Formats: sequence, C-alpha cells, structure tokens
Amino acid sequence: MFWDWSYVWEIMPALLRASLVTIQATVLGFILAAVLGLVLAIMRMSKTNWISIPTAGFVEFIRSTPVLIQIFFIYFVFPEFGVVLPAMVAGVIALGLHYGSYCSEVYRAGLENIPSGQWEASIALNLSPYITFRDIIIPQAIPPVVPALGNYLVALFKETPLLSAIAVLELMQTAKILGSESFRYVEPITIVGAFFLVMSLVAAALIRRVEAYLNRTLRNPGGAR
Amino acid sequence: MTTPMVKFDNVTKRYGSLTVLDSLNLEIAPNEKVAIIGPSGSGKTTVLRMLMTLERINEGVIYVDGEPMTHMQKNGKLVPADERYLRRVRGNVGMVFQHFNLFPHMSALKNCMEAPLHVLGLSRKAAAERATELLDMVGLGDKRDQYPSQLSGGQQQRVAIARALAMRPKVMLFDEVTSALDPELVGEVLNVIRKLGTEHSLTMLMVTHQMGFAREFADRVCFFYGGRIAESGKPDEIFNDPKEERTRQFLSAVLEAS
Repeated sequence: MFWDWSYVWEIMPALLRASLVTIQATVLGFILAAVLGLVLAIMRMSKTNWISIPTAGFVEFIRSTPVLIQIFFIYFVFPEFGVVLPAMVAGVIALGLHYGSYCSEVYRAGLENIPSGQWEASIALNLSPYITFRDIIIPQAIPPVVPALGNYLVALFKETPLLSAIAVLELMQTAKILGSESFRYVEPITIVGAFFLVMSLVAAALIRRVEAYLNRTLRNPGGAR
Repeated sequence: MTTPMVKFDNVTKRYGSLTVLDSLNLEIAPNEKVAIIGPSGSGKTTVLRMLMTLERINEGVIYVDGEPMTHMQKNGKLVPADERYLRRVRGNVGMVFQHFNLFPHMSALKNCMEAPLHVLGLSRKAAAERATELLDMVGLGDKRDQYPSQLSGGQQQRVAIARALAMRPKVMLFDEVTSALDPELVGEVLNVIRKLGTEHSLTMLMVTHQMGFAREFADRVCFFYGGRIAESGKPDEIFNDPKEERTRQFLSAVLEAS
C-alpha cells in the first residue's frame, strides 16, 4: 500500500515531540533575531562612524553568506577557539544571527520613515536618546514593519530543517531517522511537510492580528481622521 | 545693564559653501519679545534652530542667560559643547514648530507629560497636574484625552505650545507656528501666544509672516536679509518708516499679498 495509516499513528508521537523542538528553535531564534535586529539597526544609524560602518559590514557579511555555513561555523569551528555549544544552542544562535541581520534592515526602514520633526521635538524637549527611542521612535517605527518581520518569522521557521545538518532532533531529522529505520519515507516526510504548511498559515494569521493590535494601541490609538 | 537672556556673539552658520548666517550679533533682554521677519532663505529659521541646538554653528558662541549654550568651559577655554553639556543647558529653551511635531501615538495630556516625567523627573501625578493646568491655559482642558489625529491644526499647535511650556523654559521659540494652519485657525493660536506674553515672564523669539501680529505684539522687529540683520528696531519704526530699501520692498510685497 502506498499510504499506511497504522504507520502514521505509530510515528505520530515521535513527530509531535520533534515538532516541539522545531517550534522551540523557531521561537528562540526569532526572539534573538528580533532583538538583535533592532540593536543592529540602531547601531547602523549611529552618527559615530566607528559604530555604524562596522555594523553595516557585519550585516552585509551575514546576509551574503548561506545560513547553513553559519550553522556549521558556529557548531564545528567555534570549538577550535574553545567555544563548545550544544547543537540546539548553536543552531538557534546561527538562525537568530542570520535573520537578525535581515530584520535589522526591516527595522531600519521603519526607523528612517519617522519624520525628522519627531526627532527635533524630542531634542527640543531635551529627552535623552534612550527615552526618545523607547517612547517616541520605536512605538511609531515598529507597527508598520510587523508584516515584514512576520515574513521573516515564517521564513526562519521553514529554515529550521537546516538544523538537521548538525543533528538537532527537530522534525526533519526525526523524519529522516524514522524513514531510515522502516524504509518508509512517504509518511514521515509528508507529515512534516503538512505540519510546516499548517504552522505557516497559523503564524501568518497571528501576525495579521498582532499588526492590527499594534496599529490600534501603539501607533494610532485615536483612529485616523 | 542686565545680562541679556539670549546673546549671539559673531555666529556664523554654513551649509557647505553656502553661508546661511554671516557673523550674527544679537542680544535679547529678559522678557523681550522679538519678531524675526524676512524673505525665505534669509536665515531666520536657522537662528531659532541654532538656539534650540538642532543645528551646530560654525563660528561664534550663543549664550542663554549668561551661560554658553553652544560651548562649554574646559580648562578655562570655550570648546564646542558635548551631548552631556547640551542636555544640561537645553532646558532653558523651548520650541514650537511650524508642523506641530506632536507625538501622534500619545494623547494631548501624555504629550505634555512625557518630558516633565522623564527629563525633570516629576512624579506621574505632578506631571499630570502641570499638563492639565497648561492645557487649560491654552483652552484645551476638555481635549486632554484626545490624540493629535483627532484635533484640528490650531488645537494641535496649542497642545504643542503647552507641551513646550511644561518644561518651564526661560526662552520660547516660535518657528512660523501659524504657517501650516488654515486661515480661520490662526487667531486661536495667536491669542494663546498673546496671553503667554502678558501673563508669563518669558523671553520670546518668533519667526513669523503675520506682520499684523508682529507689529502689535513684538517689542522689537528684526528684518533678515541674506544671512544678516538688515534692519531692526521698534515695530512702528520698521513698519512705518523703514530705513532700508530692502525692508521697504519686502514689506510692500508682503502687505500687498495679504
């Protein structure tokens, strides 16, 4: 038979457990990417050249090299320098770093869209740079870029199978192991594909809700006229 | 003679090879109201922007209340001010902008509370009281919970005035504050400024195209032309009997248009 339901039920618990690892890697990786991206974006906008230029170089370097190489580098090369990381940690850092540099460009677009008058009003009121970013600039800059950040969340999620290359027991790695044990690949690979499809759709719907919520509460609480 | 509240000492500002202000010398007494008029590109807005430290100056020193604003003392010498020094002295000056520049994501009240809360370190209660008082003063006590997008241009500008006043500056700068308003909303903003002038002891500098208001309100009018003060004097002298040909041309062009 081409599709064996009893085999599906048999492997389902293992795949569900693995899906938790996938989700965990996604969430942790994206939190890192979202925070790091904002920091990189602000550093890149700095008027001090010795901050902005190296930051720009770093972002371009990370964006222009494949994430798989970065994963390998952190997992296999870092130990040469005495930094030994568990596979999951190395994978999350690599994904967070890679997508963080993409997110920094998104944040930068959001930050640069803030009218100069907002900065000038902040200076005229003598607000510190920290308060200016926290209370004035970031609440206005982030809501418009939530959809773009959401795209990167989904993209990062779909890249987590790369972690199977360093033997993180996420969905893809688990499916491969199950397949090689039973010589049946149709069910595990299909289920994994379906899982990614469903989760991507759920994530996209969530992002739309977050976007609407932020627009309502942060950016334009009074409603546009 | 008392210390001038604002003093421009040989201040020059250039953008590349373009000299916007050419060794400006100007002293403004405490509580004096000065109107700055002149054609566009004459450097009049730059005067305010330099005083608010939004622009760095190339030469000279600006003093506010006897203290250097653009420079600081270091080993007995004046050196260009750093960020920390600027943060300390900038509180003496407040500014209202042509395009209001309210924070669109905050209510009128929050707009007026933000800086007193985080710069002056007022408690939430004290900041709210001060903001409410000032919003009452500009006639917007009932709009305190509205957001800028829910207010008219004139109302937004009055909130912006209240927001600047909440920092208790000694010097207030008004940069073409009625230029972006519909004509029927100009009056309400000018009334607030008038009220400020009579009820508070504030030094005011305003760049304006409202010649009638400048004439009635200002103690002194400075006519800027080509990065210099071409003529200055009491409003009556400037408007009735200008000495300079350029002043005469400018005034007749402006008065003809209105």
